[in-house]
Amino acid sequence: MSTPVVEVTDLHVSFPAVDAVRGVSLAVHPGECVAIVGESGSGKSVTARTLLGLSGEEATVTAGRLAIDGVDASRFSERQWRSIRGRKIGYVLQDALVSLDSLRPVGKEVAETLKLHRAAPRHEIPGKVLDLLTEVGVPEPEVRAKQYPHELSGGLRQRALIASAIACGPRLLIADEPTTALDVTVQAQILRLLAERKRAGQALLLISHDLAVVAELADRILVMKDGVVVEDGTAVQVLGAPEHPYTKSLLAAIPGPGFRNTVPGDVVIRAEGLVKTFKGRTAVDGVSFELRAGQTLGVVGESGSGKTTTARLVLGLLRPDRGTVEVDRRQTQVIYQDPLSSFDPRFSVRRILDEALEVGGTPRRERVKRSIELLEQVGLDDGVLDRRPLKLSGGQRQRVAIARALAPRPRVIVCDEPVSALDVSIQAQVLDLLTGLQAELGVAYLFISHHLGVVHHVSDHVLVLKDGRAVESGDAHQIFTAPADPYTQELLAAVPGGHYDQADPSRRALPGREQHHRLVRPQVG
Amino acid sequence: MIRRILTRLSTSILVLWGAVTVSFTALHLTPGNVVDVLIGSNIVTPEVRAQIIADYGLDEPLFVQYATYLGRVLRGDLGRSYQLHEPVASAIGAQLGPSLQLAGASLLVAIVVSTTLAILTARRRPWIRGLSSGLELIGVSIPTFWTAILLLTIFSFQLGWFPAVGADGFAALVLPVIAVALPITTMLTQMMREGLELTLEQPFVLTARTRGMSDLGVRLRHALRHVLVPTVTLIGWLVGLTVGAMVAVEQIFSRQGIGQLTLTAVGGKDLPVVMGVVLLTAVLYVVVNIVIDLLYLLIDPRLRGAT
Repeated sequence: MSTPVVEVTDLHVSFPAVDAVRGVSLAVHPGECVAIVGESGSGKSVTARTLLGLSGEEATVTAGRLAIDGVDASRFSERQWRSIRGRKIGYVLQDALVSLDSLRPVGKEVAETLKLHRAAPRHEIPGKVLDLLTEVGVPEPEVRAKQYPHELSGGLRQRALIASAIACGPRLLIADEPTTALDVTVQAQILRLLAERKRAGQALLLISHDLAVVAELADRILVMKDGVVVEDGTAVQVLGAPEHPYTKSLLAAIPGPGFRNTVPGDVVIRAEGLVKTFKGRTAVDGVSFELRAGQTLGVVGESGSGKTTTARLVLGLLRPDRGTVEVDRRQTQVIYQDPLSSFDPRFSVRRILDEALEVGGTPRRERVKRSIELLEQVGLDDGVLDRRPLKLSGGQRQRVAIARALAPRPRVIVCDEPVSALDVSIQAQVLDLLTGLQAELGVAYLFISHHLGVVHHVSDHVLVLKDGRAVESGDAHQIFTAPADPYTQELLAAVPGGHYDQADPSRRALPGREQHHRLVRPQVG
Repeated sequence: MIRRILTRLSTSILVLWGAVTVSFTALHLTPGNVVDVLIGSNIVTPEVRAQIIADYGLDEPLFVQYATYLGRVLRGDLGRSYQLHEPVASAIGAQLGPSLQLAGASLLVAIVVSTTLAILTARRRPWIRGLSSGLELIGVSIPTFWTAILLLTIFSFQLGWFPAVGADGFAALVLPVIAVALPITTMLTQMMREGLELTLEQPFVLTARTRGMSDLGVRLRHALRHVLVPTVTLIGWLVGLTVGAMVAVEQIFSRQGIGQLTLTAVGGKDLPVVMGVVLLTAVLYVVVNIVIDLLYLLIDPRLRGAT
């Protein structure tokens, strides 16, 4: 076999407080895609950064062998590392809005790599930048090169970021959660772009929390947990016949169709012909729906489709220009994507719940008892009462947010991307919690998400939004198995893992938590 | 963009108009006859008195007086100082040069020194940061007049390196500049270092490092610009502080300047000069704020689209 582009054995990276990586070995060969999968804190990003000598000043790195392109890198000086970065190994981070310098045009960012490594004579650099932008599929590169990250769409930004990483033709491209912040159709485009790079012979190291994303590309998958590789094998092995319980639980946690067995109650929200325009741009254009007690309506769409505006109209935070919403707002609560920013950071959990209970009219002497009850309902113990949100994990915070929403005994909860910021296994737990609470309390959810798997998992009915219009609505099972609208079909086809069974039938048997909890997405028709 | 400029200009005019009105009100609210207030602690001939009454239209109704005053200010006529025996405008003009020199040099030194310090100390080993922030704390705490006296005692009287009085030449500028620049530098350093430390945590900094850029390169080419918006804001605010500090420093180093002029005018109840200085300060603020607004647009492209 050819010399690996990067090879590391028995890698240990420790920080003063934590041993982040313990005994990781991996090798990436030209034209190969290796994926490291794990949740936050698993050590996957630290491993990737160590391959660039960027594990941080406080890190202690030891390795049996650390070689880049066959050259021992374990004793590299900072100067030697700098000649590797960008030239031999390119690195793409998630969310180009923050990974590109917001104060510089993207063309300059691409040019930076070329200039740093003197990869081209100065006068040829502008031309090369345009070539690179064209290569990663940026239309009108002359215009785009002069634009700033905030002026570009998420997909174009990510493409520009990739262009800057591949500018000097590195042998290895490390992509750290390259599609996490993107809409599903854009995600599919970026994954196709990475697949093209791989076909062109570039080695890829893909870092992700999402097994479905790596399933599209990876030849080899390493599953990491708490700094250790718990499973290492070909993609077929790892996805098809996982051995480690953790890998199995990750696969099971991928949200997919769930069992829905709810009894519709009376109508709790009735929206008719909602229209909302902002400065001439129509955000919501004639949307109607109905939500009944004890049921979930999933609202799906990409950024800018009008999902959040719809939620705000329901919550009464915005007035519709036309149309009506019938909802009892005193019995409506809301859960947001990032509970941290919806809590006062100085409040303890006790005070957060106390305040919500007060609003709900619970008498003072009963509030502590009720707070503890609420925490039990969301699977937390009273030990968290005196903690502040900042000291809680993401999953715990979202549970507190749910407890707060439940405090005034609402009939409707508007959930705006409630699990999008969470790791997969935590995501699955929170979704289970929400469905459990619904069965117990008969609460209705207006569930907004860009994540189709999540929506499929919890919804009875689905409303698909595009550019403010409802392109399709109806029974969730119906829409996910036989979408009628081309846009819905496109969305479903873009879900990673969707083409999985076509690419290689042998990879098909993906066990899930339940039998129909599979990675394989329903195909069109 | 055009709308933004127009808004800016109209608010500026409002601020200046406000300053003129406040001066006018102050003149009339000061206890005693307006003519006496204008003359201050001086003694003048009856002819001069009659001249003042005519100039200010003091025998007219208050509204007409106000209009007259406004009209004169608009023409650039700030009145006459009956103690200095010269027009206020020319008195201020004569003192403006040395003051601008001192203020400009101090701000320049403060910006250069604090930028360098912040870049060198942000996210460094704890003892480097500790040392720097300790010194900054001292710098912020010492009152400017005390710094000035200390510098004067050590470097002029004891060592004789720099002249103790006057405003002639470079050597005479060194100690006053240090005295004025010290508190500004320390405040700027603290804020810039904190801003840099936040910026250096940003993902785009990591991206730049993964392209092969050096640590210093990242600080200079990427991070610094992100700190400039709050820095410029603070500098704008510090311009006011500088003006205050210069009053003491000019006095201690016996330098000519607006600070001296103001102090003498206040002491001698020379109201026309005080009113002139108030207007000058208002103009300074308006100019500084316009410059700051333009700098924002230059620094942060994201602000250019907003109206």
